[in-house]
Order: sequence, then structure tokens, then C-alpha cells
Amino acid sequence: MGTGNISHHISQQFNEELEAVRHKVLTMGGLVEEQIENATTALVSGDVDQAEGVISRDYQVNAFEVAVDEESIQILARRQPAAGDLRLIVAVIKTITDLERMGDQAEKVARMAIHLADMERPKNQYSELEHLSEQVRKMLRGALDAFARMDAEAAANVAQEDLKVDAEYDAIMRQMITFMMEDPRNVRRTLDTMWSARALERIGDHARNICEYVIYLVKGKDVRHISLEELSKEASD
Amino acid sequence: MTDTKQMPNTSVDGNTPTHAIDIEVLSRGRNARQMADETPCLQVQGLNLFYGKKQALYDVDMVIPKQRVTAYIGPSGCGKSTLLRCINRMNDLVDGVQIDGRILLDEQNIYDKSVNVADLRRRVGMVFQKPNPFPKSIYENVAYGLRLQGIKDRRTMDEVVENALKSAALWDEVKDRLHDSAFGLSGGQQQRLVIARAIAIEPEVLLLDEPASALDPISTLKIEELIYELKNKYTIVIVTHNMQQAARVSDYTAFMYMGKLIEYGDTNTLFTNPHQKQTEDYITGRYG
Repeated sequence: MGTGNISHHISQQFNEELEAVRHKVLTMGGLVEEQIENATTALVSGDVDQAEGVISRDYQVNAFEVAVDEESIQILARRQPAAGDLRLIVAVIKTITDLERMGDQAEKVARMAIHLADMERPKNQYSELEHLSEQVRKMLRGALDAFARMDAEAAANVAQEDLKVDAEYDAIMRQMITFMMEDPRNVRRTLDTMWSARALERIGDHARNICEYVIYLVKGKDVRHISLEELSKEASD
Repeated sequence: MTDTKQMPNTSVDGNTPTHAIDIEVLSRGRNARQMADETPCLQVQGLNLFYGKKQALYDVDMVIPKQRVTAYIGPSGCGKSTLLRCINRMNDLVDGVQIDGRILLDEQNIYDKSVNVADLRRRVGMVFQKPNPFPKSIYENVAYGLRLQGIKDRRTMDEVVENALKSAALWDEVKDRLHDSAFGLSGGQQQRLVIARAIAIEPEVLLLDEPASALDPISTLKIEELIYELKNKYTIVIVTHNMQQAARVSDYTAFMYMGKLIEYGDTNTLFTNPHQKQTEDYITGRYG
């Protein structure tokens, strides 16, 4: 099913309902992306105000989740969607759950930013976290683009990126362990850095999940819990 | 609160599940039902039908499996009722109709010259959109087919009538007024009476042409429940305009458009991931 396909229902109202839901998912995705970016900037620059802003805006992400869930349930009850429409609603319901969890991870990073702001800053100014954050935001953006364009192959390519994110996360872990071994006074700060890296890595996993829902939406294939090679193959078939 | 109840799927020691779910079966998921595993009941082969010069069916090929519910869906005039009526040769009654191709019922072509049409219709029962009980008592409606077959024994008759009414989920509602007129029943009850009449003579196949479209939602659900029960004994073919109904009751669905069979497959796949764009457009309510 292609993007143009969301419309062309005999019921104009149904077109509008589906379009409204889709639009809200993309807006919610944009908000989450912004939250991740702001949380990271707050951490890197030690800006407590900005971190508090992220924490106080998480309710907006939650509100989106509740609203889109509600609209989707109403569409299921009133329209009994089938085929591509049904898959769209299912993909939407799942996608917003992952987006909401990403929002929680962004909030977690913001809390770490507040802890770390009081402490001595490392020489590299948390550049490793900054880079990891850029990567997972790129994944999120790619997943949302694939969703907007209903492009299964693009979704598969974005899902592949999760390998890089995981590798980067592992590298950060190794680095942190050496810091802790060098000087026990680093332990508290290093642990907070590790929690932040962990939160960002989880965001990558959620972005991959969204890619899987896009492939389900477009191809009607369930590609969860299979290898990335198989996933790419299914998406391009 | 002390509770002696066990978790339903745990044994007394609370560890080993007694009704363990077979992961193999679980992961087959929606592909659990496959046409290749079915026993064919009817085989439509190269069927073309003309009403005078106008062609109404184009080269229809399909296998209808035994003891399953197969639904025909499609817009008005797509040929689904025409195809259904071919299965018990109801179209023979239409002037100027010409039919090529074959329909095999248990390997025998029903359009063969040697086939006795009355006999065929005994094996292939049909129920129409509007309930059409005879102007007789409830009992006589169900007994009618048996009387035609020359059965006179009162005992046998009583038994068959009771069983047919029970199978049609009508017995409890009518057992105290079997000799009242069938016209005193509600529309939904009349439709179940007509189904009881059809199954009293134990056909192999039941053809249902929009059996619930004149009924209220509760009566509709009762008919659907009945269809589910009846498929244990009969092969059922149903034509319906109501797509949700096809999705609810059928095992296999055929989508027809302008006299052609566009897509035919298991109902789960057809309603979640159809292969043809025309099917997708129709079941999602789009204009093509």
C-alpha cells in the first residue's frame, strides 16, 4: 500500500479520520525527537533549566499517546477497517507505544543531565553521548519518514542502523569501565553517563521496532524477531 | 481470601503446565488453514455463463472444500449469486441461459446429462434472502421434503423434524407450537425454519443467498452462529453483501468483480493482506 492510498475511500470522513491519526503520529514523533535532542544538549552543556524543560514536557508525549490510542479504538469500533486500513491502525497503535517509551528515555537522559551538572565535566565534554544521540535521532527520523512515505525498503535500511548504535554503545561501556578503573572518584559520574548511554541505545531499539511496523503496514508481513538480513529480504520482496 | 483454585493451566505442584501450548502450532499462526490440506467438495472448472448475449461469468475456476464455509463477496451484479445458483442448477430455469464448463460434486459433473436435477437439489439445498416458509404449520414445513421422498412413518417424521429444528437452533422457541402457522414466526425464526427445512433432507451442500440481509442484528448473529454449527456436517457456500459477515463466518472468501473471480483464498489473509488491488479497494470501501 502506497501513501496515496490512505485516501480514495468512498467515505470522505473516513479518509479524514485516517489522515488525522497519521498526522498526529508524525507530530508526536517530531516532539519525541525534539525531547531527545534537548535532553542531550542539556546533558552536554550542563544546562539544568533545559533538562527541567524536557522533564516537564513529557506529559505532552503521554497526551499524544492517549489521544491517538483513543482515536484508533474509535476507528476500529466504528469503521471496522480491513486490509491496508486495518494494518495502518495496528501499526499506529504499536508505533505510539514505542514513541511514548522513547519519550520516557529522553526524560531519563534529562534527569541524568541534572545529576551530572553538579559534577566535574570530563575532558571530552560527553562527545560520545552527543554522537550516540545523533545516531538514534537519525534512526527515529528515518523511521518516521518511512512511515510517512510508507516505504518498506527505507524502513529496512533504517533498521540496519541499529547495529551501529549497538556497537557504539558497547564501545562507550568499555570506555566507562576503564574510567572507573583509573580513578574510583569517577564512579558516580561514569555510572550516570552509562545510564544515559543505555537510554539512548534503547531509543535505537524502539526506532527499529517502528521500522518493523512500517514493513508490516506496507507488506503485510510480520518481521519481528528475525535477523536483519531476513528483514531486509522481506522488505524488498 | 484463601483460594483453593488452581491456575487453569498449571498442575497441582504449580510448576509444569498441564495444557502447555504447542509452540509449533502457535507459530503457524494464521497459515494454520491451507487449501492444500482440504478435501474438495465442489470443483468449478472453466465456467462461463451467458444470459442471452450478455456474459455473466467468465472462466471461473475454484475448489470449494468440504465442511467449510466459503463466502462470495463482490459488488451488485458481479455474478456471485449467479455462480451460487449454478451449483444446484437453479439457472436452468432462466430463459436464454447458456452454461459452459463443469461443476463437479464429489467428482461427478452436475451438468452431465445423466444427472437428475431433483436429486441434485436434494443433495444441494438452498436458502434465499427472504424467508419463504410454506403456508403450512411449522411442523409441516420441515416435514415437507420427507413427505416428497415418500416417508410416512409418524415416528421417523417426528424425530427428523425435532432434530432438524434443533440443528437450526429453533426447537426451544417452537416446540410448544409446532402445529401453528409458520407465518406467526418472526423473520429471523422463519429464516431458521427454512434452514431446518433444508437440512431435514440431509443435503451435502447448503447454499445461502444473503441469508441474513433481511434480518435484525440479533437474528443475524443467530444465523451466523448456526452457520458455524452446521459446518461440522455440511459444506456451506454463502453469498453476502455484508463484508464483516463474510469475515466473521467464512473459512474461505472469494471476491468477484464483473463476472470474474478476482481473488480466492483463506479469509484471514483476504481480509488482512489481500493480493489484488481490486480486492483491497472493495473491502476497504475505496473506489477503484
